[in-house]
Amino acid sequence: MYAQMVKAEGAKSREEMTEQERAFQDRIDRGEKIEPKEWMPEGYRKTLIRQIGQHAHSEIVGQLPEGNWITRAPTLERKAILLAKVQDEAGHGLYLYSAAETLGVSRDELLALLHNGKMKYSSIFNYPTLNWADIGTVGWLVDGAAIMNQVQLQKTSYGPYSRAMIRICKEESFHQRQGYDILLKMCLQGTPAQKEMAQDAMNRFWYPSLMMFGPSDKDSVHSAQSMQWKIKINTNDELRQKFVDQTVPQAEYLGLTIPDPNLKWNEEKGGYDFSEPDWDEFFQVIAGNGPCNAERMEARVSAWEDGAWFREGLMAHARKQEARRAAARMAAE
Amino acid sequence: MASADPAVDRTAYFDWLCRLGDNCLVLGHRVSEWCGHSPVLEEDIALANTALDLIGQTQFWLGLAGEVEGKGRTADALAYLRDAAQFRNVLLVERPNGDFGMTLMRQFLFDAWHIEMLRALQRSSDPRVAEIAAKAVKEVAYHLERSADLVIRLGDGTDESHARMQKALTSLWPYTGEMFMADAVDQAVVAAGIAPDPASLRAAWGQTGAEGMGAGTLSRPEGHFQHRGGKTGRHTEALGFILADMQFLQRAYPGGTW
Repeated sequence: MYAQMVKAEGAKSREEMTEQERAFQDRIDRGEKIEPKEWMPEGYRKTLIRQIGQHAHSEIVGQLPEGNWITRAPTLERKAILLAKVQDEAGHGLYLYSAAETLGVSRDELLALLHNGKMKYSSIFNYPTLNWADIGTVGWLVDGAAIMNQVQLQKTSYGPYSRAMIRICKEESFHQRQGYDILLKMCLQGTPAQKEMAQDAMNRFWYPSLMMFGPSDKDSVHSAQSMQWKIKINTNDELRQKFVDQTVPQAEYLGLTIPDPNLKWNEEKGGYDFSEPDWDEFFQVIAGNGPCNAERMEARVSAWEDGAWFREGLMAHARKQEARRAAARMAAE
Repeated sequence: MASADPAVDRTAYFDWLCRLGDNCLVLGHRVSEWCGHSPVLEEDIALANTALDLIGQTQFWLGLAGEVEGKGRTADALAYLRDAAQFRNVLLVERPNGDFGMTLMRQFLFDAWHIEMLRALQRSSDPRVAEIAAKAVKEVAYHLERSADLVIRLGDGTDESHARMQKALTSLWPYTGEMFMADAVDQAVVAAGIAPDPASLRAAWGQTGAEGMGAGTLSRPEGHFQHRGGKTGRHTEALGFILADMQFLQRAYPGGTW
């Protein structure tokens, strides 16, 4: 997941739709997949570009907080696993930018929108990774929350997005397990100092992880249209509840305390009651005022700008090679 | 576990295995510093992949070093609990990343040596060495294919990319000679048939390098001075910082389980 507050275009009732739009909605309602060259309402296309683009940006910005610990990973095995994981995230970015390209927007265009602040990435990556247990916690909670959303997106109506999600979900569940494994080692076999590190990570990442699902349904203005188009399948609150219910027993097994005094099993609803995250903080982070927004953007923009000579050099070489081939063809004729 | 160790001075053999392992570890560390910061997404993936291969090779070489040493030290103990003076990597691999051109040139100069070393090691008298080399050589063939290709394309790209690659080559050239210099440690493993004479790799390395430079329109730097010291534990200032980073958790939380 990694798509929050994606603005949906063009909510229309059935009566307001043109015949073509109605036929399109009927296909979605029958569970058919929409493929790249087929007709689609402009609003559907734009909403998807926003959602897939935001998701792709989240994957590449998401390399930064985890990459932060690669050089400091505590064993060679952990280092290798983390490298493989971060490499997977970059690969997810690649699939998703490719899926977005099928909607008529290039990767360079999307990156330009990220760099000038017009497109966002998930709020979670604006939080810092301060100790090694954060790497475990990011895998367990952050990837766990992402999977919760992505599993449903495997059934999303747009074919290329759905297929990208199927692949991504397989890798993400490995990521989540490796995160939990880091914490199992630290909490069940580690020293008291290691366990303290893990609790500290839990304290900092719990609420930001809950925020990943986006604002409460009552404040989520764009959900209805996205759900009608099956770009989104479950509501934010449904997914958040599912995530909490799944995570609480895992935390108990680790012996970690979830930093919420109101967390309590509710027999009647068959799920936990829990405190809402601080939505003011969420909107501040979205607005650019999170702890790491400036650093994350600076890192991405510098990578792009410092690498301009590299990309231009490769393009220039390709043009030279093309000219040489053309000259050789002429000479041969 | 293979049979008895070959007839070779155990200390020299241990040192020589650390040279192989430390080259991979330190270069893998340097390459991984780029994660999320490279000029294009495909390069982020390629760099992570290269670093991953090198860390995997480190586990094999240092694992074998610990076995040969016979004091119960694991690959992790060697990676995380030795200080700079005990590291045996060549100075080339600890050179700072610089711009992306410097990183690629360092990779190319190393890969061109690494592949020749691994090819020769497949015929090692110690089957454990031959097995590791047989696995690693496949990975390093990809590393060289990528680094050579990019050095050529950037050398023959724009004026700026050419200038950057030439600058990188000139700056790294004095750190290449150490890979071919032999000392008593090398002589011991050569005599035991474990490894090739480092000097014997120079011709093939020079050929690969000349092809890359030629196609990339780069000139081989003049001057014959070559730095040395890494193979015997005398490093540049850079290594201390690499280790401070790499070893932080193991040093700050002794006895932890990770």
